[in-house]
Order: sequence, then C-alpha cells, then structure tokens
Amino acid sequence: MYLYDAIDREFLTDRSNEFRHQVARRLAGELTEDQFKPLRLMNGLYLQLHAYMLRIAIPYGSLNSRQVRRLAWIGRTYDKGYGHFTTRQNLQFHWIKLKDVPDILDAMAEVDLHAIQTSGNCIRNVTADPYAGATAEEIDDPRVWSEVLRQWSTLHPEFSFLPRKFKIAVTGALTDRAAVKTHDIGLFLRKGRDDQIGFEVVAGGGQGRTPYIAQTVRSYLPAEHLLSYVEAILRVYNRHGRRDNIYKARIKILVAALGIEEFTRQVEEEWGKISAERADLPAAELDRIRAAFAQPRFETLPDVSEAFEAARAASPALQRFVRNNVKPHKVPGYAIVEVSLKAIGQTPGDATADQLDVVADLGERYSLDDIRVTHAQNLVLPHVKLDDLPAVHAALEAAGLATANIDLASDIIACPGLDYCALANARAIPIAQDIARKFADPDRAEKVGELKIKISGCINACGHHHVAHIGILGVDKKGEEFYQLSLGGSGAEDASIGKILGPGLSADKVAPAIDALVEAYLHIRTGEERFLDTYRRVGLEPFKEAVYAQAD
Amino acid sequence: MPKLIKLTGDPSGKDFGAEWAEDGFVHVGDDDALPEGDVILSLARFQAEGEILLSNSRRVGVRVEPDQEVEALAYDLPRLSVVALAFPKYRDGRAYTSARLLRERLGFTGQVRAVGDVLQEQAGFMVRCGFDAFEPADGATPEAWTKAAHRFRHVYQRAADHRRVAFEERAV
Ligand code: HEM
Ligand code: SF4
Repeated sequence: MYLYDAIDREFLTDRSNEFRHQVARRLAGELTEDQFKPLRLMNGLYLQLHAYMLRIAIPYGSLNSRQVRRLAWIGRTYDKGYGHFTTRQNLQFHWIKLKDVPDILDAMAEVDLHAIQTSGNCIRNVTADPYAGATAEEIDDPRVWSEVLRQWSTLHPEFSFLPRKFKIAVTGALTDRAAVKTHDIGLFLRKGRDDQIGFEVVAGGGQGRTPYIAQTVRSYLPAEHLLSYVEAILRVYNRHGRRDNIYKARIKILVAALGIEEFTRQVEEEWGKISAERADLPAAELDRIRAAFAQPRFETLPDVSEAFEAARAASPALQRFVRNNVKPHKVPGYAIVEVSLKAIGQTPGDATADQLDVVADLGERYSLDDIRVTHAQNLVLPHVKLDDLPAVHAALEAAGLATANIDLASDIIACPGLDYCALANARAIPIAQDIARKFADPDRAEKVGELKIKISGCINACGHHHVAHIGILGVDKKGEEFYQLSLGGSGAEDASIGKILGPGLSADKVAPAIDALVEAYLHIRTGEERFLDTYRRVGLEPFKEAVYAQAD
Repeated sequence: MPKLIKLTGDPSGKDFGAEWAEDGFVHVGDDDALPEGDVILSLARFQAEGEILLSNSRRVGVRVEPDQEVEALAYDLPRLSVVALAFPKYRDGRAYTSARLLRERLGFTGQVRAVGDVLQEQAGFMVRCGFDAFEPADGATPEAWTKAAHRFRHVYQRAADHRRVAFEERAV
C-alpha cells in the first residue's frame, strides 16, 4: 500500500498544528462557535446531538494493521470503546471532546491518518473497490488512481469552496462494489482498443433528497489525462453549479438542468483549454505511486488446500462462512474474506476497540498487513491463504465477527439516525436491529439470498436507501417517526433508484413489512432470481399487496 | 476605506511576505459620481464607460462578481491595472477559478485583488490561485496574512503561484 514519505508527513504535521491553534483560540473564547464551525468542519469535526463527532478519512478504504490498532486505541482512549464505519469507507467517533481533538489528530498523523476533507464543500475522501488488488476481475488497480486523486485534491486551492460537497469513486472491476454511479464523479477503469488503460467517466450521480444515477460524460478517457479531465469537470461545476439553494447545489442538479449533452460539451470545451502538460500527473510520479501498489509477493500455492478442505468438511459453520463471506482471489490458494460488522442485534458498522485489535492482528498475520473497509460498512481481509481460513474463521468467531451474512438480508446498511445525528427525523439503528432479528436464522437468510436493505434516518440518504433492493427512509409525521419503504433500487453496476411502495409505516410495522415482502418474493420468484430481479420482473403490485393487506 | 494588504516577493518561493499598502484606488459604485484619480468600477460600468476612462491618464480597475466571467475582460486586460474579484461570502469559491484563469489562461500581470468576505483562513488558497492584494474583512494584519499563507510547507497541485509541487520536490 501507499506509505507516506517525509513530504506527506510534514503536510499532516502542518495541518494538525493549524487545527491545534484554532482549537486553542476557540477554547480561549477568541473564536465564536460560528467562526469556528467552518474551521472544525475542514477537519471532519461535527457537533452532533450528544457530543462532537470526528470523521476520519480512510482513503479508498485501505488500512494497515498499525492504523487499525491506532483507531482502536483512539476509540478506547477518547470515545466509548468503539467506532462506526460509514458508507463512505470512513470511520466516525461519536463521543469526542473538543479539547482532545488536536491530540487525536496527532496520534492519527503518526500512522498516516487524518480527517482532511471529510466534511465541507470540497472534494471528499475518494472511495474505491474494497477488493482492489485482490480480485481477478480487475482491469487496473483503482487504488493507484484513488491515491493520485487523493493527493491532487488535498487542499486544492481552486476547489475547496465548491457549491457543495463532491464525492469521487473508482473501480477497476465490472462488479461495482463502490456504488460508483451514485457519485458526483464515478470512474470505471476500461481497456482501450489499443490495450491501453483508460476511464469511463460518469458524472452527476447523487443521493440526498433528489437521487440521480450518474451519466456517462466520456466513454473512454486515456488514463494519463485523469487529472486534467477531472479539473475540467470541477471547473465547470465550480463556476456554474447553483449556490442559491443548498438542496440544488450538487453537481447532479447542474447535470440534470443542462442535460448530459450540454454538460459534456462544456466539460470538453474547458478540457480543450487546459494545458495537459501542466495539469496531468507526470509519468514519473504516476510510476512512483503505482509502485506502492505493486502486487505483494504471493506464495505459489496449489488451487486446493487440503488443510482447508478437511476443516471445512468437519465444520458446518465454516461451510456457511465460506459460502457467504469468502470470495475468489486472483491468486491460486488465496481468498478474499469479508468480516461482517452486522452481527444480529448489533449497530450496523460499529466495531469495538477489541474487535478492531483482533482484525488488526488477523490482517497483519494472515492478510499481508492489508485491511479494507467496504461501503456496506463491513471489513475485508483481502489476501488470506486458504490454508489459514480455518484459523481466521475461528479467531473471527471468538471476537463475534464471523456472522456469515454478507449481502444477505441481515447485512443492513444504516446511518446513525436519531440515535446520534442532529439532522435525523427518525431512528435507523433500532429498525435495522429489528429487521436483522427476523433473519437471525441463517438458513432462512441464505434461502432468501442476496437482499440489500438500507436505512436512512432522513432524506439526506446517508444510509443509501434510494439504491437499496429494499430502502427504508425515516420521516417525521407530526412528531412521530414513520418509515417509507421503496423497492428496486441498486447501487451496483445495475444501478437504479428505488420506487416508493406506499404510505409510511410506524416503527413497529417495519420489520413485519419486510417479512411480508420477503415472503411474497419467496412465493413468486423463479429459478435463481434475486429479490431485485423478481421485483424488476413483476413490479410493485404484488409487494404492495403483501405489505398493505397485512397491515390492515 | 478598507485597508489593503499586498504580497511582497515571489509566491513561487519561500520568501514572499505581505505588507500594508497605500491603496490609490477608489471603489466607485454604479450610481456614484466619478472621482478624480484611480478607480475600480463594476464590469457593467466599465463596459459602458471604460473606453473614455482608459484614455484619461488614470489607472482603471474592474470589479468582477462571482457570476460574471473574467473572459469578458480578455481584450481589455493589458490596459487594466486591477481586477478585483468579489467574495460575497467566503464560501463562494468562484473567484478562485476566476483568479486562476486571469493568471494562467489570460496572462494577466496586473493586480488581482480579493474583496468582500476575505478571511485570513483563506490566505493560502488565494495566494495559490494568483491573488496578490487583499482587502481583509476580519482585521487581519500582514503578519497574520503571511503566516497563514505559509502554513503548509508542501502543496500537491500546480496552480497560479508556480510553487514547486510535492511531486517535483520528490523528483529531485
Ligand atoms: C452523523 C452525522 C452526519 C451528518 C450531519 C450528515 C449529513 C449529510 C447531509 C446533509 C447529506 C446530504 C448532502 C446532499 O444531499 O447534498 C448527507 C449525504 C450523505 N452522507 Fe451523511 N451525514 C452524517 C453521517 C453520515 C454517515 C454515518 C454516513 C455513512 C453511513 C454518511 C454518508 C453519506 C452519504 C453516502 C451521503 C449521500 C451522498 C450523496 O448525496 O450523494 N453520512 N449527509
Ligand atoms: S441520513 Fe439523515 S439521519 Fe442519517 S446520518 Fe444522514 S443526515 Fe443523519
């Protein structure tokens, strides 16, 4: 993985000194909360319902064991012993004291972590496929390009006061595990006819109160021109994005207002005026960054591991774990292991400090010191030898981290909702827990198969409910929490926005309604259809009937 | 009259600073009577009256609002002394683009001045985008301004200041 050099380190030191100074001024009363707010937001520090919340950037969701241990330590020392992974591959601490923040930033900087651009109207932390460098499907390693973008976007002098926040995601695989089309800019690595590498560039995706799926701006951009092209898009947006209404300020609104043809024309015209020589990254620097992601030295192993096969034959639990949480690796004898942070009854995405330490140890010992965060709020050990799978599974099981439910109904994405968030209309976490309990029987969950349920506590859609197979949105109806269900969304390569099922439901009716939807699906599905496929075949009606007939 | 801070030295290097400067220019509103001496006008007034003013022996500056395109001035730039870019709110970042275009695309070598909600926290960004004069709204001194603009020893992207970028430092 990319390791910081002296320049990156000095940069972080400067950043953390700057913020220490600003916090001191705030604590001394020299800055009012109003004056301090934009400064703290630049450092990922939000004021929430109960305390300050610190959002830590995990660039492209990639961590080493030292970093994970440090996050555990911070959780133990400054928070209540846990952290919360978000849908943007970041980590949030929800119980932070302002006076501690400079020390936390210093402790993070020691392991090359920071909170830069995790909030504010700037280019946010770049996200990527969590299987990068491990999956055979990959055309090129998205981490290389994410790191290029990370550096380029860091304190960008022109693009730090955009109309609104700006999110970029990159994937090198055909299977989209990074919700690329829900981003302001999405980058799909593609092979050109000349066998060179390039990008399909999409723009204008977004969630929030008006969801859009991103549209293609350029079907093939030679990869070396990434920065000049992204600069062109951002310049068009910075100049012409709306600033009169924060709900209409995202690039998605500009793209929709202009139409994709006119937007593209403006971007291409601007791109034509940019000096590629000055704007694009020099080849030597690209090579330096690429070298940091060179394939690690994998051992030459047989396709089949006898130790693993023997352990599997003896353990139904391991069999289930492998069926659901273990994915094929590009190198024979290795596997990608997903670590679910969705144990039944837990808060989705929460990990205790002790659990983080376990993951750090496993990552160091069994996964080439490489640990990933997924946008579905789970963790990944990307490079585990099949020989080691039984040991890894056992260690995860002992730490309560072996729930075999990846992409199943209990693998629910949920935002913090009214339990933490100052903007929330309704709770999201208890709803997720209620639903997960309905699928606590793992046989039932497996029988239902892939089902992506996502919950947001308000229309800001941090929980991705628009792009869920079953989306749940918390709304406030005369002071009471209500939940609106939608069906048929997807954040993956077949991205789509879900459709509202019908009138909102009270909190106690949500889990039974999900149950009814699932029963209806089991009844009408044919062959290998996933819930989403069945919905797309039959539409809303049968599902509507199942929920509202039952509710009456 | 607001105080004016001007950059001294070359912002591509490590030794640039800032100092109080005598501001010879008067901001003239669209309905104001035209005073003697050097003036800064709105884009509209400049487009109406600029030709005559430029032929007087006074210096002329133009104030460009964020929703106006600096390209409109392309033809006149060689004769302008100041382009004042307005920040109605510090959060309105359009003037950063305008400044870069003036410097990097349109080759403007006169003064690019930040006016409006101009705060020392933004000094670094402004200097990098090519601003070299500032009417601070927060009472910032040249010392504070200099310090803020020097806060980061390294930068990651090329901009109008032509500072050496991290990847150029690394290549040495
Ligand atoms: C608790 C503090 C949080 C606050 C105050 C907050 C605020 C917001 C707001 C205002 C938006 C809407 C932006 C817009 O539409 O322009 C938004 C969107 C979003 N947030 Fe959060 N959020 C919080 C936590 C989270 C968490 C925990 C996650 C991950 C689970 C998250 C991930 C996202 C995502 C993915 C979006 C959608 C981006 C889009 O509009 O395309 N946020 N957030
Ligand atoms: S969706 Fe709403 S309630 Fe949930 S975290 Fe975002 S802003 Fe808060």
